[in-house]
Amino acid sequence: MILDLDTFLRKERPSWEELARLLDRAESQNSGPATLEEARRLHYLYQRVASDLVKLQTFAGEVPAREHVEQLVARAYSRVHTERKSLGRFAPGKWFFQSVPRSFRSHGKAFALSFCITLLGAFFGAGMVSLRPELKQKLIPAQFSHIYQTPSERVAAEQSAQYDPEGKTVFAALLMSNNIRVTILALALGISFGLFTGIVLFNNGMILGIVCLDYLSDGQGTFLGAWLLPHGSVEIPAILIGGQGGFIIAGVLFGWGTSLGLRQRLARVRSPLLNLIGAAALLLVWAALVEAFLSQYHSPASYPFKIAIGIVQLSALLLWLGWGGRKETSEKF
Amino acid sequence: MSLGETARLHIRTPEGVVFSLPLASPILRGLATFVDLAAMLAMTYLSWWLAHQLSVVILETSNATQILLQFLVWIFYPMITEWLWDGQTLGKRVFGLRVMDERGLALRPGQIILRNLMRTVDSLPLFLYLVGGVAAVVSRRCQRLGDLVAGTIVVRTIHSPQPDVDKLLGQELNPFRSFPHLEARLRQNASPDQARIALEALQRRDHFEPGHRLRLFSALASRFREMVEFPADSTAGMSDEQYVRNIVDTLFRHRTMA
Repeated sequence: MILDLDTFLRKERPSWEELARLLDRAESQNSGPATLEEARRLHYLYQRVASDLVKLQTFAGEVPAREHVEQLVARAYSRVHTERKSLGRFAPGKWFFQSVPRSFRSHGKAFALSFCITLLGAFFGAGMVSLRPELKQKLIPAQFSHIYQTPSERVAAEQSAQYDPEGKTVFAALLMSNNIRVTILALALGISFGLFTGIVLFNNGMILGIVCLDYLSDGQGTFLGAWLLPHGSVEIPAILIGGQGGFIIAGVLFGWGTSLGLRQRLARVRSPLLNLIGAAALLLVWAALVEAFLSQYHSPASYPFKIAIGIVQLSALLLWLGWGGRKETSEKF
Repeated sequence: MSLGETARLHIRTPEGVVFSLPLASPILRGLATFVDLAAMLAMTYLSWWLAHQLSVVILETSNATQILLQFLVWIFYPMITEWLWDGQTLGKRVFGLRVMDERGLALRPGQIILRNLMRTVDSLPLFLYLVGGVAAVVSRRCQRLGDLVAGTIVVRTIHSPQPDVDKLLGQELNPFRSFPHLEARLRQNASPDQARIALEALQRRDHFEPGHRLRLFSALASRFREMVEFPADSTAGMSDEQYVRNIVDTLFRHRTMA
């Protein structure tokens, strides 16, 4: 209780002003205190002003002063209690070679689910079209209208096409932006308890299944491999990783097998989610460049090289995600 | 609920001090989003113009640059502005809003990325933000889905203006000033909400029906009389409204706050 409010305000105001100056400086530099002495002073002022707030909260008419002090305490609290390690510098190498593979493996079940749903979609699409070929035009969206031709016609047209540099760059930009959007959507839709993530993945798988069946049944397996493997070996896993992120969110919402609250469960998966979506975005940028500048180059002489590139990429991907960061196990992801 | 007023998020520090953050209402957030969408649209047109200019210098890049710049603007504009401006985009700056960690701690880059990636779902359908809007309305912390996943909240940073008590009450003599110990007790017993109600009742007194006005000030006066009893000779012949005026004078008028 403050007996003399005016004296109290007069006495404490310099502390508030000093704390505000310290906070302004720290916030403008986006860093912690510069010296140990400054850190001690910040902590002392934080405690002193917090104590002033408790006193002011008992005074009804002191709304402006209370709000001012409350805001100072909130700002100082954020500075004093935030773990600086969590705001530390980002190390790209460590992130890529250790954090991403660990996050991937620690949520392997979500990836398996993502993979299985895509595979199910592929079998469904292939099965439906093999039973009723007329469904191909209904199941494939208009943006893939080139598939309405027979594969032989398409292969002949692609092989005789002239190289178009502007067309390639536009195509790469379109693919990159579109695929990243789809991947982000697959991740974000996990908030629907995974339902719409599953639908996105199933639909992608269905289109893939129809395309593969179409080429294979027309004897164009080599063309398909040379066209699809260089970019697909990276692009399809990237979308599956997006789906994996979606199922991680869904798993958190269901909260099976844990007594933690929703907010705590979400806090635990934030870091893996960021690792996975970052990795997926990088893979998709790479896949778009490969698709535009290599996959779409359809000279029959290049087929073995393109297939080999696809196999090498897929192997590297498996090595990276399967074995990356296995040595250091002390850090939890 | 008025335009800017919603619940407050109360945070208890490890030292046992409780402070609160005023949460931004879904309406204010919607208005800020509208400003941001307009800014992003303007930047998209600017990027198209830049791509066109670039095509004069480097042939065969115009369309690709256009697509890439447009994509980058829509994905990265909110992330970059929130990172550079400590949780604020242009729209949030205009409306005095700020993104914060839901525990009152510093905002991490990862949280910024996650809450903005989740915008893909929150903005459905077609950037109308119905999903995010409904989520924010039903959420106790006014969080859209992106905020929930990223562990963030949006708070108001606009300060409440100090009430102009001099203009409201004039320089009339307050008999309660003769009893500083009772004034101190009143300040101690009255809650901030009760003080605000009394102040707002005086500010809006001309808008009440005469009967309602009498009843309101009667109720307020008796509430404050229960808290502190001033000597009978100082309140003799004083109307309920005048009593409340004196109470507000005691609670809000200060000599040293500048």
